[in-house]
Parts: sequence; C-alpha cells; structure tokens
Amino acid sequence: MSFDVAAVRRQFPILSEVIDGQPVHYLDNGASAQTPDAVLDAVRKYETTGRANVLRGVHRLAERATESYEKAREEVAAFLGVEPMEIVFTGGCTAAINLVAYAYGSLLKPGDRILLSELEHHSNIVPWQLLRSRSGVEIDMVPVTVDGRIDLEVLPRLITPRTRLVSLAHVSNVTGALIDVRAVVEMAKSVGARVMLDGAQRAPHGPLDLPALGIDFYALAGHKAYGPNGVGVLWAKPELLDAMPPFMGGGSMIGRVTFAETTWAPPPRRFEAGTPPIGPAIGLGAACKWMQALDWTAAHAHEMALVQRLMDGLQRIDGTHILGPASLQNRYPVVSFMLDGVHPHDVAQTLDSFGVAVRAGHHCAQPLMDRFDLDGTTRVSMAPYNDNTDIDALLTGVVHAAKTLR
Amino acid sequence: MSDQLYQERIVALAKAKTGAGKLASPTKSARRDNPLCGDRVTIDIRLDDSGHIVEMAHQVRGCLLCQASASALSSVAVGRDSAGIAELRHEAERAIGREEGEASEPFSAFTPLRAHKARQECVLLPFEALRDALS
Repeated sequence: MSFDVAAVRRQFPILSEVIDGQPVHYLDNGASAQTPDAVLDAVRKYETTGRANVLRGVHRLAERATESYEKAREEVAAFLGVEPMEIVFTGGCTAAINLVAYAYGSLLKPGDRILLSELEHHSNIVPWQLLRSRSGVEIDMVPVTVDGRIDLEVLPRLITPRTRLVSLAHVSNVTGALIDVRAVVEMAKSVGARVMLDGAQRAPHGPLDLPALGIDFYALAGHKAYGPNGVGVLWAKPELLDAMPPFMGGGSMIGRVTFAETTWAPPPRRFEAGTPPIGPAIGLGAACKWMQALDWTAAHAHEMALVQRLMDGLQRIDGTHILGPASLQNRYPVVSFMLDGVHPHDVAQTLDSFGVAVRAGHHCAQPLMDRFDLDGTTRVSMAPYNDNTDIDALLTGVVHAAKTLR
Repeated sequence: MSDQLYQERIVALAKAKTGAGKLASPTKSARRDNPLCGDRVTIDIRLDDSGHIVEMAHQVRGCLLCQASASALSSVAVGRDSAGIAELRHEAERAIGREEGEASEPFSAFTPLRAHKARQECVLLPFEALRDALS
C-alpha cells in the first residue's frame, strides 16, 4: 500500500507556513518534531474546557483534568505496550534518565558498574557521571564501529559480574543506527544487569512492545514524538518502580507527611512530585494515539525511501561523507554527513537560506565526535510528513554550499 | 535563496587565513570554546615589553564565520595593546549590530550577521580568546 504523505502533511499546520517566500522543509525532527492538529486540539480542549490541577480537586474542572491526564497515561501505555501505572510522566527524556540515575542509582554500591556507549547523547552520560561522583559507581564505555554502530563484538568483554545497568540509545541521534536490543539484553541478563534504552529517537517512529524487548527501563521525549514540549516518559518494570526511592520530594508523591517521618505514594505518583505537566502530558497522549493510528509499515518504508534518496543524492556531491550505516538495514531516518572543506554550521546556515531546517554541530554527542575527530556533522532527521521535495531542496542547498564555501 | 549571509567579503576573509597557524615561541596563548556549537579558537601572541602585540597566530576549529573573524582580527591586531584590541572589538560589535554606528574595515564585512543573531558568537569567539591571551 502506498503511503499518502500529502494526507499526513495536511494534519501539520506548520508545514503550510511560508517564511521569506519559501516553504518550510523541516528536517530537524530529531531535535523536535512538529505537532499535528490532533495534539493541538487535545491541548486546546484541556486549556479551554478542563484546565485545573489534577488529583486533589473535587470540583468538576479538576475531575475533567484528572480524567484527561490519566487517559493520557493510558494512551502512552498503549503505545508502549505496557500498563498505565508503569508510566511516569517527567519533564522530558533527560529528566527521565536523571530520575533513573538518581533513584535506581541510589540502590547501587561503590564499585558497581554502569555500561554506556561511545555514541550516547550527553543526557545518557552526564547523569551517570553525577552518580559516579555521588556514590562511587564505575562507568564503562562500549566503542562504536566505523559505521557508527555500538560495537556488540566488544560488549561481552565489558560486561562483568559487577555490571548493574546497561544504558544505551535505542537509535543513535547522530548515526541513526538501531541497536540490536535482543543481543544486548541477552548479554546483560547473563550477569544479572538491568537494561535501559534511551528511546528519544526511536519512539517517534511507531508503537513499541517494551515487554517483548526484555528491557527494564525506557525513556522518551514528548516533543520529539509529535507532542508538546515539557513532558517526557519513563517506563520501568513495576518491581523496579516499587523498589526505587523518590527522585524529587513535594506534593502528590507522598503517603503521609509528618515532621517525624514521611511515607511515599506508590508509583507512578511517587515519581511525579508537584503539579505535573498536565497539558503537555495530555498532548503527548494524543500524539501517541495519533501515531498508533498511522500505518507504520507504510510510513517506515516511506521514511527509508527518503533516506535512500538522500544518501544517493549526497553521494553524487563531491566531498560528502556519511557518518553512519551505509545500508538501510537496522537504521532509522537520521542521517549525518560531512562536506569536505565546509563546516557543518555553514552547511546548515546555507540550507536555511533554501528554507531547509537541519541540525549541525556535535548533537550533544561529543565523545562520538572525538571518536571520529570531527568538529560536528550536519544532521538530517526525517518524519513521516517529509517528502521528496524536502530532500531535493536539501540537496540543492548542499550543492550550493559546496560551490560557494570551499 | 532568501538571504546572503556568506557574502564574498566574508568568504574571502576566511579563505585568506591571515595569521593562521602557531607561533614558535608565543609570550601568551589562550583557547576559547563555544560549548553551544563546538567552535574552538586558540590564539598565540608575542608581546613587546610595553604589552603591544608584535606577532599573532590563530588556530580555528570552527565555522567559516569564526575563521573569517580570526583572519580579520589577525590582519589588524599587530601593534595594539589590550586597549587597542578592545577598540577593535567595538568595531566588530558595531558590524554585527550589537552597538550603534557603522563599523570600519575589515569588520564591516560582518554586517550581514545583523540578521543572524545565533551566529554572532562565532564572530566574537576569536576576540574572547585574544582577550584571554592578553589578560
């Protein structure tokens, strides 16, 4: 079945925007995706017909707000194939990883080891370094292969009986490489280690069945998954949520507070101190519902056809190099490239003058840039609403940069 | 295309690479990084007894704008002390629109930056590194 990209595009009002006489060619979805009407409508409905704080109010608006908020939890859970009470709304993906690093990290002992990879986003490195300085855990790092994949050949040598957690990007935010989750889980479980995936770049590309993956923690960002800013999700196995102490203290996360002692609420409330991001969570619920309604077999094929068109086009331009897998196997629509003699920021700036939005720089993955001795890359990250005109405009801009800037 | 940030004068300044390289025996050196974009500038200077720049060299791992700025700065830095370099910075700030008035050569080349606030730090990074070297 062919994929009706025009029908998808019509649901995203911003894609009709014209800036300085040019259409928007939005290829920076890995940073923030755009938002469909379904999400905007859900947020507007909450703000205009049900805005109130959640949980404790007895008035009807509070009841509406609570109902919508909990419905969003159900929609996110359905998208991930898990139970609603296993879903913790956070401020974002970074906040979700920090929550695990703090709360699960507090259960670890000096000398316990955390295994990360060389291609991780800083948000999956720095929280563990903070934990290391607090509690004396050790960090190990899996290197990447020349084509930008986590090197699973090396992984067995780095997993030790002291490894307590393996935390890796499900899909690289730089190279687009998909990790072999089954292999990672098998190796981790052989020493009793837990597995966390940073799903920021995978979640925007279709529903997941987290229990089937055999992992223990999953984190994702709302704004990269067609939802609003200011909300993210942590999923964890219920026994882990039960075992973890709170990350932040405040309202809603308590059982009973006295000055002598305070008890905690059960999860997920225990990890949602204070007023949660209600509107954004409702928007994210709508985004998950929107994603579930899409035919992802067709959408993914469409996205990968765009990747192929992009890679073919780049290869025709003298002096371009792709950082990441050359094939379409086990990769998602994130493509980084370098243009000889032109700095990535200058490529991106030139592309902007053609109406093309991309990201350039280190992509919060400086260890990966160091690995390849790069200042940065130009990153093209696609979504189901992108089409051939976006790719062709980008290629025109790269040709122009190559002609004028070197 | 909607605008022309990379006008010929900026590209020419970058390609000229005036002062690019290292000094064999610098009096002082300083390195500045822009953590947002990863640009990195290292400046070597040789000073006379009165604190005036006798020789200057720069290494830029960064974008064309940063290279052009380092090149422009190198072309006019010799013979100046820290007060003189501060005057040049005012010229650059005028060029990019952060200060009132028109900028003189060679910094007037950077006036297209007025419409690109996100890139202005790229132009100022070599000045930051040189200020550190002089301090």
